Amino acid sequence: MKKRSIVPYGPQHPVLPEPIHLDLVIEDEKIVEAIPSVGFIHRGLENLVQKRDFNQMAYVAERVCGICSFGHGFGYCEAIEDIMDIEVPDRAKYLRTIWFELSRMHSHFLWLGLLADGFGFENLFYQCWRIREKILDVLELTTGGRVIFSVNKVGGVMKDITPEMAGAILDMLASVKKELKAIAPTFTEDYAVKSRLVGVGVLTKQQAHDLGCAGPFARASGIATDMRKLGYAAYGDIDFDVITSNDGDSYARCYVRIREIFQSISIIEQAIEKLPEGELAAAVKGNPKGESFIRIEQPRGEAIYYVSANGSPHLDRMRVRTPTFANLAGLCETLKGADYADVGLLILTIDPCISCTER
Amino acid sequence: MAVMKFVPEALKNLFKPPVTTSYPFEPAEYPERARGHISIDIDNCIGCGMCVRACPLGALKVDKNAGTWEIDRFDCVVCGYCAEKCPKKCLHVIPGYQTPEREKEGVLYKKSEEALKAEAEKKAEAARKAAEAKAAMEAKKKAEEEAKAEG
Repeated sequence: MKKRSIVPYGPQHPVLPEPIHLDLVIEDEKIVEAIPSVGFIHRGLENLVQKRDFNQMAYVAERVCGICSFGHGFGYCEAIEDIMDIEVPDRAKYLRTIWFELSRMHSHFLWLGLLADGFGFENLFYQCWRIREKILDVLELTTGGRVIFSVNKVGGVMKDITPEMAGAILDMLASVKKELKAIAPTFTEDYAVKSRLVGVGVLTKQQAHDLGCAGPFARASGIATDMRKLGYAAYGDIDFDVITSNDGDSYARCYVRIREIFQSISIIEQAIEKLPEGELAAAVKGNPKGESFIRIEQPRGEAIYYVSANGSPHLDRMRVRTPTFANLAGLCETLKGADYADVGLLILTIDPCISCTER
Repeated sequence: MAVMKFVPEALKNLFKPPVTTSYPFEPAEYPERARGHISIDIDNCIGCGMCVRACPLGALKVDKNAGTWEIDRFDCVVCGYCAEKCPKKCLHVIPGYQTPEREKEGVLYKKSEEALKAEAEKKAEAARKAAEAKAAMEAKKKAEEEAKAEG
């Protein structure tokens, strides 16, 4: 047997956007096993449901994470609306869909930039984040916040998208589409980039299924899982396909996410076209009583919201199962047999969001 | 094999102006809806305390008798729930982000002397009216009793 040693990786590491610690068992340069540990930024947000009333919690739930913030607020509100049998107005559903897809786009651009930074392509990194800035500007124009939107409330949304704003969104989408088309070939065709991505960290379909992976990480391994197909919000009325790839390597994950940005652009265009007139929010009377279980598709994968209410303004329990938590097991599997130099890149390919995972 | 795919894009950057602005030398432009900070129209405030109960952070304090409203801008996350709950609509979410400060402390807003005076006069007026109404009621009662005794 070769000599084994354990190298601690993180929580502070240049490639990691958020703190996660891995104990890497290595033989020479190859990883034999990776043991993750999280818990550096636990804030106890789930426990706050017992101290804040259910309307205030919509704002707290949104602040679980800075990147998938819209999804968390949305998932929480969906769960409460499900318990209280509130019929959300159609216009609110479409507005939620538009904002959700805009947040997915900016999350994927952020990830593309981080990936480019991960394999040392600084110029590409800045290009991705420059494009992302346009999406953030539009989000600030329509919601008032760049990453924390505070537009969701139980029963609907608080702000409307005026026709001028819809025009601004469409203009932004056209320019983002053009600019992404200009830089996407660098990710998908460039020799140097491909040499860092193709065949690195392969996760087979069977492994992804057994480990319960979610989101683009699972779709890159050939599992057609997409919670948007459940038809919550306005997704039921919108035409889109689940994007998958059968390669299961880092290249496939990058490819799936780039195609998903184009898909999001198409979804937003369809939603703006079909945007119905009407109310923004339904009236909410009384307090929730009962429990609910909601599955939604976050930019990083399937997120689950469980809410249990007892008829008082304060809830009994809220629980969020985040996509990163589901993907950590898959990450440890992909790390086995990988080169030490690829560890940072492989951690990035699951698009880790540790703030969500620890709440 | 595609080598140096990025070169055309990289070369284009050499001839483009910077996409960033040199803030703070150039002022930043915020859209109308930007959630920068909470402002209060203090003279319209009735001190009901709805905002204090709504705030998820506990960043607000209200003293009805003294006519003051206090916000800890470092605790406030500008969610805008207080502005939504305010019955007099005297709270507003307006653009312009919180500036750095040396001390982390609340900002106190006090009603202007005129507003306090006007409020006091209004209160006095209401009290006077109530007293008048009470006196009238008593006089009426007395007259009725007297009428009964005579009758």
